[in-house]
Amino acid sequence: MTVQRVKLRPGIRKTRDRKTFEVLSYTFIVLITILCLLPFWLVVIGSFTSEAEIYQRGYSLWPQEFSLEAYNTAFKYPDKVLRAYGITVSITVLGTFLSLLFTSMCGYALQREDFRSRGFFTMFVFFTMLFGGGLVPWYLLITNYLKLKDTYWIMILTQLVNVYFVILMKNFMRTVPKALVEAAKIDGAGEFYTFFRIVLPLAKPALASIGMFTALNYWNEWRTGMLFLQDDTLFPLQYYLYRLLNSVEFLKSSTVPMTSEISSLSFPSESLKLAMTVIATGPIILLYPFLQKYFVKGITIGAVKG
Amino acid sequence: MKALRRFGRNLAFDFKHNKALLVMILPIAVYLIIFHYLPMCGIVIAFKQYNFAQGIFGSPWCGWNNFRFFFMSGKAWQVTRNTLLYNAAFIVVQNVLEIAAAIFLSEIAGRRFKKFTQGAMFLPNFISWVVVGAIAYNLLSYDFGFVNNVLTSLGQEKWSVYTDPQYWPGIFIFLSAWKHVGYGSIVYLAAIMGISQDIYESAALDGANEWQKIRYITLPGLQSTFIILLILAIGNIFRGNFDMFYQLVGNNGLLYNATDVIDTYVFRSLLSSYEFGMSSAIGLYQSVLCLVTLVATNLLIRRISPENALY
Repeated sequence: MTVQRVKLRPGIRKTRDRKTFEVLSYTFIVLITILCLLPFWLVVIGSFTSEAEIYQRGYSLWPQEFSLEAYNTAFKYPDKVLRAYGITVSITVLGTFLSLLFTSMCGYALQREDFRSRGFFTMFVFFTMLFGGGLVPWYLLITNYLKLKDTYWIMILTQLVNVYFVILMKNFMRTVPKALVEAAKIDGAGEFYTFFRIVLPLAKPALASIGMFTALNYWNEWRTGMLFLQDDTLFPLQYYLYRLLNSVEFLKSSTVPMTSEISSLSFPSESLKLAMTVIATGPIILLYPFLQKYFVKGITIGAVKG
Repeated sequence: MKALRRFGRNLAFDFKHNKALLVMILPIAVYLIIFHYLPMCGIVIAFKQYNFAQGIFGSPWCGWNNFRFFFMSGKAWQVTRNTLLYNAAFIVVQNVLEIAAAIFLSEIAGRRFKKFTQGAMFLPNFISWVVVGAIAYNLLSYDFGFVNNVLTSLGQEKWSVYTDPQYWPGIFIFLSAWKHVGYGSIVYLAAIMGISQDIYESAALDGANEWQKIRYITLPGLQSTFIILLILAIGNIFRGNFDMFYQLVGNNGLLYNATDVIDTYVFRSLLSSYEFGMSSAIGLYQSVLCLVTLVATNLLIRRISPENALY
């Protein structure tokens, strides 16, 4: 990825426009980087600021003094946020696994040249990208006919198949050498054995990248919760966070038991919102540096193959 | 008819010789039939006066009334215009920033620095729009927001963004770019890395300066990537980014004039006023608009640069 143009021609002295250009490059990139990181910084700092200070000074780059008030409130009764975490982790793991399994099988079959219906099925898959019935029929189907409202499975199902990834996977599977598949066939291996033992290991880069994006979609999904869930014991993390941010009542009832008397004055709702945002986002952000390369690779695979 | 017979023959062949491959396709085929093709039949709701008791097929027909109602309300023009203009602005602003960021990133020599800055630029793509909603509130809230704090300390008047629609086009363009530029710049950067170094070398020998190299080598080299991204974006130009518009504005009626797109309007008419017939009519209107723009763009591309056409 990192071709270093400057080092490639060490003999040539830097010209003046080369220097201006470098200064400009660094300035632009540094500026964008700051703009990208600043909002995260503000949220974290805001979550460590005391409620009294927020009312007095608003959110700032650095608090007058650090306060753990919001985190104390958030972790006093952590059951609900922990349950939301549990649900999100489990749908992400299970959903990503199933999605990758189905996507890779389908992608593999669609590019096999001896599979005569591949043209039809590719069109069948591709057409759903061009045209759809819209939100309402889909909503009615799920609520009235399939009766999937307030079930765990609806959160898996809405994100299960991403047609774009199927097509990406199909394009990637083309790069798996056909000779290997042929050889396995001659040795008497069945289709599934060949697929799981020979093709999948070779498709690891695509599995990793598409898997990352699928997992990210599951992790960040909130609309399904909003459309289909009323039972708050099923709320995934992002929808739970959405409810906390948009209703002080929900925020209160989620963090303190009904019975305890707490005056609205001492309830740190502003900093608590930010603390909850940090709690819901923090762990995944900490994972990010380790995953970055897979995302970059995934984007590049998609870009090159169109 | 001929195509149908050929399809039957192929399928019969595969049933005999490629059973395993058919099984591999089965899960996704079933899924798409249930969650994509069945709802397409539900399009009839757009022409019905839907009620729960009689269901989709029992409810009485009402012709084009749902559409008429939508277009007469004045909402149709408003949400279509908003969707179109916002997306057009996103396409222009983001592509310019992405190409600029990619060119500048490719000029940066330090490996660590490059990885860090690229990572930072991609970070916003990693979080959900719910979190972006919290961030926006943190920045823009009238009483406590960071932006308003800065404005006050500069002696300027505060922005009352949650009651005044005039700020929103700027906010959406900014936040959308904030979230997406990292992703796009990686795509363009990959394309730049694909341009042969020899071309730059010989241009340098011929005395080309940096700007000339960008103008005559890099930008032409990015053309096909740009066209592909453009077709995809134009194909979706009538699809509003529901997550963004809903998370930032929600049910704040004061802002609808400037912030309502087709998707948020459909969502609200479905969930808060249960207007199944009309919501579904708008959904159909949107699907048809999308299909027509996609096909038209592709036709156009096929005429001017056939190698970049989508199909």
